[in-house]
Amino acid sequence: MNKETSTSRRNFLKVSAAAGGGLMVGFNFIGCQSETAPAEVMKAYPAVWTNFDAYIKIGDTGLVTIMSQNPEIGQNIKTSMPMIVAEELDVAWKDVVVEQAPLNTEWYERQVAGGSQSIRQGWETLRTAGAKVRKLLIDTAAEQWEVDPSECSVADGIISHADGRSLGYGALAAAANQKELPEKVSLKDPKDFKIIGNSKRNVDMDGILTGKSLFGIDYTAPGMVYAAAVRPPSFGMTLTAYDDSAAKAVAGVSEVIKFGDKIGVLASNTWAAIKGAKVIKAEWSQKEEAEDSAYHTETLLAHLDKKTAEPRRVDGDVDKAFAEADEVVERTYQAPFLPHSCMEPMNFFANVTTEKAELVGPIQTPKWTQQRVADLLERPLEEVTIDMTRMGGGFGRRLYGDFALEAAELSSLAKKPVKLTFTREDDMLAGTYRPASAYKFKVGIKDNKVTAYHLIEACFNGSMFGSMPSNFPCGAIANYRVDSHNIESNITTGAWRAPYANFLAYAEQAFLDELAGILGKDAVEFRLALLEQARTTPVGEEHNYEVDKYAGVIKLAAEKAGWGTSKPGKHLGFCAYFSHNTYVAEVAEVELVDDAPVVKKIVCAVDCGLVINPLAALNQIEGGIIDGIGHAMYGDFTFEAGKTDATNYNKYRLIRMGEAPAVEVHFVESHNDPTGLGEPTLPPAGGAVANALHAASGKRLYKQPFVKYYEVLG
Amino acid sequence: MATYTLTINGQAKEVTADADTPILWVLRDELQLVGTKYGCGIAQCGACTIHLDGNAARACSIPVSQIGEQKITTIEGLDKEAKHPLQEAWREHDVPQCGYCQAGQIMSAAALLKSNTAPTDEDIDTHMHGNLCRCGTYLRIKKAIKTASKNL
Repeated sequence: MNKETSTSRRNFLKVSAAAGGGLMVGFNFIGCQSETAPAEVMKAYPAVWTNFDAYIKIGDTGLVTIMSQNPEIGQNIKTSMPMIVAEELDVAWKDVVVEQAPLNTEWYERQVAGGSQSIRQGWETLRTAGAKVRKLLIDTAAEQWEVDPSECSVADGIISHADGRSLGYGALAAAANQKELPEKVSLKDPKDFKIIGNSKRNVDMDGILTGKSLFGIDYTAPGMVYAAAVRPPSFGMTLTAYDDSAAKAVAGVSEVIKFGDKIGVLASNTWAAIKGAKVIKAEWSQKEEAEDSAYHTETLLAHLDKKTAEPRRVDGDVDKAFAEADEVVERTYQAPFLPHSCMEPMNFFANVTTEKAELVGPIQTPKWTQQRVADLLERPLEEVTIDMTRMGGGFGRRLYGDFALEAAELSSLAKKPVKLTFTREDDMLAGTYRPASAYKFKVGIKDNKVTAYHLIEACFNGSMFGSMPSNFPCGAIANYRVDSHNIESNITTGAWRAPYANFLAYAEQAFLDELAGILGKDAVEFRLALLEQARTTPVGEEHNYEVDKYAGVIKLAAEKAGWGTSKPGKHLGFCAYFSHNTYVAEVAEVELVDDAPVVKKIVCAVDCGLVINPLAALNQIEGGIIDGIGHAMYGDFTFEAGKTDATNYNKYRLIRMGEAPAVEVHFVESHNDPTGLGEPTLPPAGGAVANALHAASGKRLYKQPFVKYYEVLG
Repeated sequence: MATYTLTINGQAKEVTADADTPILWVLRDELQLVGTKYGCGIAQCGACTIHLDGNAARACSIPVSQIGEQKITTIEGLDKEAKHPLQEAWREHDVPQCGYCQAGQIMSAAALLKSNTAPTDEDIDTHMHGNLCRCGTYLRIKKAIKTASKNL
């Protein structure tokens, strides 16, 4: 159970000293007081802070600062990760102040927001960090009292001895700091948790509610100029010439700079920069194919009849089983490209001088971006710093630091501090979109049993990754095969909340729903029977899911939603999916209102191990479901001549308040290590809705967005 | 460039700006009132919602030259102590995820509660239709508005 943190204290002190101690305070951001009940008064602000390790500073009044190491994109890790440290440190949450940590690869492991992995991968490190300092403080008190440490107990940052003596962490911090951190510590039994499992409010709440400068787009620095950029209007285009005379005549515009195939406009405010960029007359040449949606569809579908030389997984022999089958069923599902639509458009600050390159902004991958900036500017890595701001959404878009590189290049050329801001149009036109994809499912049925299952994927610029080819129902079917076609496109693509799963879950689960109907089986019973088969007679090498956990959420959701009972006027659709280490089942409830189906409610069962912060966990689950429904229903993003048809929210529809159904959540009680919640409730939402719409109308949906292919929906 | 005297959060502010500059950018870049957010620039997302004489308005689409005598309220000035019933309800329900759209949501909701102190679900859906939240916090926003309406 015990795991050493990556930073020994000696190493930490060395790094800290080399950095002049200044790095410990997360840039210029004021620490955020944790939210507590109004009656609880936090300890006074200390005169002296003692740094213990990369995570913990203790003030002489007993106030504790906990550094939050990962980027915050709305997944709430800035609250939940420090909660884990505070739990093992054994302090009162009201006496904790949270600060955003700087990027520091020597102090912290994996400073990334992605893959719903922050809590799961930080779990032991964060616990150990808290537990080591706790033990150090106990040992220090015991030494002062000349007693055995085992005779001491701790509660809320106060160490007590049976004889009545007690000392607060604040009084002990300076003395404890003279000693080495223990090499090994034992961690708490989860049944003793006081902070973990109890809801704590967002530590940035007051800043958010009062409009404080928290986000990258809010950042300013002395001497900073505001920048906008002109980028190729279509994919596959390069810049041949431009006339910037009109831009330079715009009041406030100071400079126009060409960089690569882009043109930067620098000005004294954002509006002047945007206006200047709009009036640049640029000429472009189409150097590569100008792709359109008709081409995308045709290309994807053309691949679905082909096998690949290197299938992703093969159990048995699907062809033989198809030949022997009584019936073969084939269905094809199609997904469009999708933009990320972070509410905060892409932006970044850079100040590149002869000494260093300082960057500040919203980025999910600060470490990778630091390296890319260093490479771009041909500067040593140590000269590049990146400070993380809060992000107005990420959803995968902010994994790609193109905007940070642009800001760095502009600052380097202008020799000035620059804040680059994308307009919404820039953001939609220069995306790293969820790639369009298509999936064909082909099954063989013999004696009313599924004997063969062949999944063929066609996708632009990528294919399902990791263990996804071993997803359910792999392991339950004797003859099973997955082929992936990765087709090149010049449209930039990337991860989008729950990559691949965000569409594959719907395709798979809508198909299984239809298949259950063909076999005359109940949709839930059918899934449970397949799982039972994977348990009793597993086929092939390992599959990537645990039968009990999968069946657990399926049963819980079915029970809570009243599956199988008569609910007059309500039409239910079932969906279950395992992604990002978390098991989720969702039941959608559709009612007909004036003959049009309306999604009224989602009942959701989740197994994510221990729940760290229930209130925030529920928020992620509700949001993931609403986001999943919104994009499945409305996300219509098409291309004409290499250019996106929609460039703003007047033409690109996102789900709005009145379209969000009620969400009811049930957690599987668990003491297993926590997994993640940023992504896994999104994938099943589209499938649950599609299956409920079928229950209500008898119509099957094979393409997203549903409103485009389902005439009754508004 | 012209000079404008604006009344913002109860204070007179003099700013120099081009006549067509949306009040959003005057607030953010000239006055460092960054709580009002840029989201779409075409009044489709509501992230920039402010009050003009108490009515909700989209700051991205109103030029500074059209403000005149109208009193501007931004999220920074909604309540001196940040204890507007909506801010308190937002705390109670732990509404935000990324938080970017929330100032606009609160300003829209504050305008609603001025004219309708006991809004129904439908009233809320209709009034808040112009405010997008990609994180999908709509259910909590709705709950918080209802809680706030009981504590006006």
